[in-house]
Amino acid sequence: MYDTATKAELAEPAREEQEIESFVTFTVGDHFLGVPIGRVQDILVPDVIAPVPGGPIEVSGLINLRGRIVTVIDLRARLSLPPPSRETSNRGKCVTVEKDGEFYTLLVDAVGDVVILPAYQRESNPPTLDPLWQNIVRGVFRQQDNLLIILDVDRVLDLDNSRTEFNAE
Amino acid sequence: MDDLLSEFICETNESLATLDVELVRLESAAGDPDILGSIFRMMHTLKGTCGFLGLARLEAVAHAGENVLGKFRDGALPVTPAAVSVILKCIDRIRWLLEAIEKTCSEPEGNDDDLIAEIDAMADVALQSGRGGNPDQAGAMNPECAPAAVELLAQVARAVNDEETAVPSAVPPAVPAHTAETEGDEPVQQHKDAAAGTSSIRVNVDIIENLMTLVSELVLTRNQLLQMQRALRGNEFKVPLQRLTHITADLQDGITRMRMQPIGNAWAKLPRIVRDLSCESGKKIQLVTHGAETELDRQVLEMIKDPLTHMVRNAADHGIEEPAARIAAGKPENGTITLSAHHESGHIFVRVQDDGRGLDLARIKQRILAQRLATESELAAMSEQRICQFIYKPGFSTAEKVTNVSGRGVGMDVVCANIARIGGTVDLTSHEGQGTTFVIKIPLTLAIVSALIIETAVQRFAIPQVNVLELVALSERDGAKIERVNSAQVLRLRDRLLPLVSLRTLLKFDGGVGEQPKQQFVIVAQVGTSTFGIIVDRVFDTEEIVVKPVAPILRGTPYYAGNTILGDGSVILILDPNRLAVAAGQGQLGTEASEAANDTKAHVVSGASDQSSFLLFRTEKTELKAVPLELVARIEKIDSAAIEQVNSRHVVQYREHLMPLVPFDDDWTWHKSGTQTVLVFTDNERSMGLAVKEVVDIVSAHMTVELAAEQPGLIGSAVIDSKATDIVDISHYLMLAFGDWFDAVQEKKNQAGSRNALVVDDSPFFRNIVAPLLAAANWHVTTAANGSEAIALRDAGKKFDVIISDIDMPVMDGLSLARTARNDPRWRETPMIALSSYASDEDRRAGEDAGFDDYLGKSDRVQLSKSLMSIVSKFSRNDGTVRRKVS
Repeated sequence: MYDTATKAELAEPAREEQEIESFVTFTVGDHFLGVPIGRVQDILVPDVIAPVPGGPIEVSGLINLRGRIVTVIDLRARLSLPPPSRETSNRGKCVTVEKDGEFYTLLVDAVGDVVILPAYQRESNPPTLDPLWQNIVRGVFRQQDNLLIILDVDRVLDLDNSRTEFNAE
Repeated sequence: MDDLLSEFICETNESLATLDVELVRLESAAGDPDILGSIFRMMHTLKGTCGFLGLARLEAVAHAGENVLGKFRDGALPVTPAAVSVILKCIDRIRWLLEAIEKTCSEPEGNDDDLIAEIDAMADVALQSGRGGNPDQAGAMNPECAPAAVELLAQVARAVNDEETAVPSAVPPAVPAHTAETEGDEPVQQHKDAAAGTSSIRVNVDIIENLMTLVSELVLTRNQLLQMQRALRGNEFKVPLQRLTHITADLQDGITRMRMQPIGNAWAKLPRIVRDLSCESGKKIQLVTHGAETELDRQVLEMIKDPLTHMVRNAADHGIEEPAARIAAGKPENGTITLSAHHESGHIFVRVQDDGRGLDLARIKQRILAQRLATESELAAMSEQRICQFIYKPGFSTAEKVTNVSGRGVGMDVVCANIARIGGTVDLTSHEGQGTTFVIKIPLTLAIVSALIIETAVQRFAIPQVNVLELVALSERDGAKIERVNSAQVLRLRDRLLPLVSLRTLLKFDGGVGEQPKQQFVIVAQVGTSTFGIIVDRVFDTEEIVVKPVAPILRGTPYYAGNTILGDGSVILILDPNRLAVAAGQGQLGTEASEAANDTKAHVVSGASDQSSFLLFRTEKTELKAVPLELVARIEKIDSAAIEQVNSRHVVQYREHLMPLVPFDDDWTWHKSGTQTVLVFTDNERSMGLAVKEVVDIVSAHMTVELAAEQPGLIGSAVIDSKATDIVDISHYLMLAFGDWFDAVQEKKNQAGSRNALVVDDSPFFRNIVAPLLAAANWHVTTAANGSEAIALRDAGKKFDVIISDIDMPVMDGLSLARTARNDPRWRETPMIALSSYASDEDRRAGEDAGFDDYLGKSDRVQLSKSLMSIVSKFSRNDGTVRRKVS
């Protein structure tokens, strides 16, 4: 879908010389989040999710994406947000990303537009952010009505790392 | 294409591959007439067939080659590297022509006069240097190309003369004695192959692949039929369907085996490559291969062929130093590249090892900095291992100059990617100045396995069929019901108590997720020697599944061996019976133990062969001790009030017997209330409980054994979490518990102390099981890792009262050991006991024929200790030294 060079470039955190950045946006609870478009493989509505008993709480289960087994990450749990209230709890959407040749899909409430933003507008994490978020958030863009929070895909998928750091706090 | 022609091409390609290998051997075996004869015959046949098919160009080239080979054979031309190179060139040309013919069905335009002139010039040299030969043949093929030939002639003559002045004899130098030795086995192997060849036919790979697909379809269709039949309940389809099931299974098995090929096929080209490389670079390199017969799936074989070639090239080009540098470093002039393969616990391990200079860390660091892959401070914090990993980065090469072979920076990244694609890993160890070792580990994940599909709490799981012994439907009426011993669930199964593990509990399906059904099933599973039951809600069918590893994010989750997609498209997890077995062994302990089992995720329980699993426990003095997990039958929590004292010994009623309890420490205080953790060891229907403070964990570690441990009750130590931890000798405590095992401990000590046993086994694990058992019977135990080590002991004048030997060992196996021992007066009379995992009647006979007095299977721990004790006592009794008494 994307050639590797583009992906690698976009996966990099913002550099001064990069003019613009593109993000796939989505919402989880009240939060407006984004990941670099280069990391996104696919957006899908999960059909049947096979749970993984005994697995990490952030893992909703496994789905079959055109013959590939894809691990579903419950972004709500990953961000340590409360489970959805009953009426908003629909099936959700999934943003599929790749890491080390393995596919993961982030379960979110709704998927928004692709936004293209000038890189210089990205602001660093507020120091008051709680340690779990601090670890996986890579800056914030001020939008008209809300804040777009950029997630570091690799950190999101690194459950062990966050857990130890989080516990250490 | 003409059938005849295609068969010819196929056949010729094979003989060309053989020719490559044989020629390289010929070069090192200094013109061995047998090898020469076989090469000559192959070339001759090739020439004849070409003539028959009217392939004039091919025939001419083959003829020229045969001509030179004929001179070799007649001794008219010495077998020099230059001459062999010419023949190899000739073979390359033949190969090229064949490829062209394969594409167009006819010989390409043009001629091979240049090559033929060169070859003929070589043949002529023989003539000119007055070594005889047939003047008629030389250059007779193409008289018109004389001018070129004259030029080449001079060149070749120079080359040949150089060779001859450099080396006094015609024997090429640098053929170490052991090359000849390692290769000495080959002719035998090849004769066997040739014999096998007569009963095999050539089948197009596409046909096999197609068959494989068809069989998969067949399996799916059969599954559908089975499902339909089940809905119908008892009808006339049942029997034929069963037969269909069997036949399908056999068919699938057959096809799978058809696809297996020895890994040697992927190696066939390597001797030639190494040879060419050493010629080009002036290095002296020998290639040693082991385990070429290791079979693996064709698909996997194709995938690792290129990576392997690349790694061997790298080893030859970067790894092995120039001869002068090697000598300066105090190493033998000849570099060695060792290539080996073996099966181990469901994986294939391929090792590429060189004894060259090793990775140059300093230069790798330079490159990392130059390519800005890391900063200096980051580098400083990295381990050597981590730094070495950078060679897998694309575009990373430390070779100073780009050679023909390597140094272009494409390589290790591609190798790594290829291997990763089939779910394999590459491990690298490098010691500067000593060489580099790559270990490729390929899981057998491409293979289809048969799995039983079960359901618990409305979720389906797969269990590998190989681990499933039987299924039991629980029902109150037939008495097949779950009972409890303390908190542990057990099932009476034919007068035996089967420990149970509930999948529902294990996977923490708390109430609410699907109601527990009235009807439940127990899957009787076996892992190694332990048998246990898994309680599930429903049992479906067996299905053929392709095991895929779970995502890295789930690797820490216990109980799963992988996942797969079923025929209906649903994703299903595959349970890991090894992990369930651990849970079953511990499940009886309650919460503490299951937590411990969960914590083992960081450790691999079933590790490599030299790794053993240990149960870690804490003593009253809060010291950590370990005991081989294999030996622990159960872990129990016993109510302290139930512990009774009989004659200063502590016992407890356990499974309708009195079980003696032995405290770990001498100054143990028995608590009057609360619970006591007890490790239960079962030996020969007796059980003994070792009282410990608490069970800590199960870990996998490498065990080093010091048999002469100074402290009684310890057999050695293992490094666990980088701390040396004592390993407890259970036999010592068995002795304490059953003081009456032998008539009188004292008497035995006095009289039997001089009895010596030799234990020969290549597996340290078995040595460690057998040795303490014997030591408990007060034998003095010596161990050897293989037959030749044992023979070395004999030659050193050692005498033993009994020799217990494994059959399957490297270097010298048990049968050869027995034969060797029986052929010499020194050990002729020594009782010998074979100990082997092969325990069929045939194996027994083979053992007896070789000179073993008795034969023991080593599959079953209980059986083993029982038999060992009885045999040992038999031999002792013969002597009248130890009287007693083994049931």
